[in-house]
Amino acid sequence: MTSTTSNIETTVASRHAPLSAEALAREEAAARKRIRGRQTLVISLRILFLVVVLGGWEIGARRGWIDPFFYSQPSAIVDQLVVWFRDGTSQGPLWEQVWITLEETLLGFVIGAVGGVVCGIILGRNKLLADVFSIYIKVANSIPRVVLGSIFVIALGLGMASKVALAVVMVFFVVFGNAFQGVREADRYMIANAKILGASPRQVTTAVVIPSAMSWILASLHVSFGFALVGAVVGEFLGAKQGIGLLISAAQGSFNASGVFAAMIVLAVVALAVDFILTTMETRLLKWRPQQF
Amino acid sequence: MAIELDNVSIRFISPDGKATVALRDFSMQVRHGEFVAVVGPTGCGKSTTLGLITGLIKPTLGEVRVMGNEVKDTDPRIGFVFQNDAVFPWRSVIENVAAGPLFRGMARKEALDLAQTWLGRVGLDKFGNHYPHQLSGGMRKRVALAQTFINKPEILLMDEPFSALDMQTRVLMQDELLNLWSEQSGSVVFVTHDLEEAIALADRVFVLTARPATLKRIYDIDLPRPRKMEEVRYQPQFIELSRQIWSDLREEVHIG
Repeated sequence: MTSTTSNIETTVASRHAPLSAEALAREEAAARKRIRGRQTLVISLRILFLVVVLGGWEIGARRGWIDPFFYSQPSAIVDQLVVWFRDGTSQGPLWEQVWITLEETLLGFVIGAVGGVVCGIILGRNKLLADVFSIYIKVANSIPRVVLGSIFVIALGLGMASKVALAVVMVFFVVFGNAFQGVREADRYMIANAKILGASPRQVTTAVVIPSAMSWILASLHVSFGFALVGAVVGEFLGAKQGIGLLISAAQGSFNASGVFAAMIVLAVVALAVDFILTTMETRLLKWRPQQF
Repeated sequence: MAIELDNVSIRFISPDGKATVALRDFSMQVRHGEFVAVVGPTGCGKSTTLGLITGLIKPTLGEVRVMGNEVKDTDPRIGFVFQNDAVFPWRSVIENVAAGPLFRGMARKEALDLAQTWLGRVGLDKFGNHYPHQLSGGMRKRVALAQTFINKPEILLMDEPFSALDMQTRVLMQDELLNLWSEQSGSVVFVTHDLEEAIALADRVFVLTARPATLKRIYDIDLPRPRKMEEVRYQPQFIELSRQIWSDLREEVHIG
């Protein structure tokens, strides 16, 4: 009798062996190892890709397949960056150029974004204003706004104002469009709910409309920071006394391809740093949203 | 009378300029503390009646009175539970429940304390700091109920509030609603397309015709209270009533 019971127990135990605690732990460890292995693979492949591209460029330039006079080469770009960092540029220290361009970008970005959000919310909440102005905004949006840079340089001079103005114009329409759309998309049941719960029209705007437009607005800030940077740099191209745009156009004027690439790298680093800050801000502000897959 | 609709007709003008008649010569009276259900074929204008009572929709003809006064603006004594999720996804659960008192100017600390007691009443006291997307559909509905009941509405309007829930959750929520209502003694107007839900919950059932909707018949539901959802639907009286109302409705569905 006892032997039969224990027999049954052992068969049950052996049938359930793959589900026992140590078996599960073993599987988990194996799975974790696989995940780590994949991450390592992805990172190594990324590095390999970079090495192949930059190495190919460098070798191509040295062998004479690519003319380094026109297309430069990685080592020359690095040399140029080192020179700029160590000795400064022809217009003064590198950090000063970076700071000036960044200042123009940030000023233009903030003014354009605030203006865009405010106008977007006002027009989004007012049907008549929206119907009247939407046509003009569409027209203004379809004009290549970079052209306005020339006007701004003529009107506002070679100083900072003309670059800020161009950056503002670049940013404003993107943010405005998104804020407007976000306000329009605010759920009408949610608005009705807030009204019945006792919200005044102002409370409806602050407690329902703005929060629901927030994800649209934040998404547009990402894109429009890049536009602000383009506005500032193009403004400097068109005429400036300082800044990275001027650095690029000076390098262009002296057929210094390495200089153009080096300035591009500096710009990329600035843009990535700001993008990181914006992403952090976004995750903090939108923590109520479900995780996106 | 808590609510009176007097020969109300509604004509909607769509954005492209077409006119449709949603309600025609519709009259309805709801007494203080009464639970009324409104059933009718889909799209007949059931929800429109609720819009009239809140003042979010104005009648083209006729008059709507709440507590004896003509409806002009959203009345603070009215609460509304929507079919869709209308809780605010960017507010935590407790802040959602506290929304009404906060909008009405109660101090923040006080409002949150009050909200906490209401969360306890709907069984969500441990979920105050969650966000709505972290809850199940039934739990979100409880948030919506607490959000409405915290304002102590004398008139509660519900627009197919449980239609998106699964069967088991729906029965639980119906019980929950009857409990909350019996503590508050307000009037309820409950719009639904679910006949059995209407009979199980209400004192009187208003059956509407197809669009343009008007009143077809009123049924008195004299099932004893307190009712238990899982028991009431097996009583012979319940089955007889649902047969009668269903035959009424079937004609309308055919026409529609």
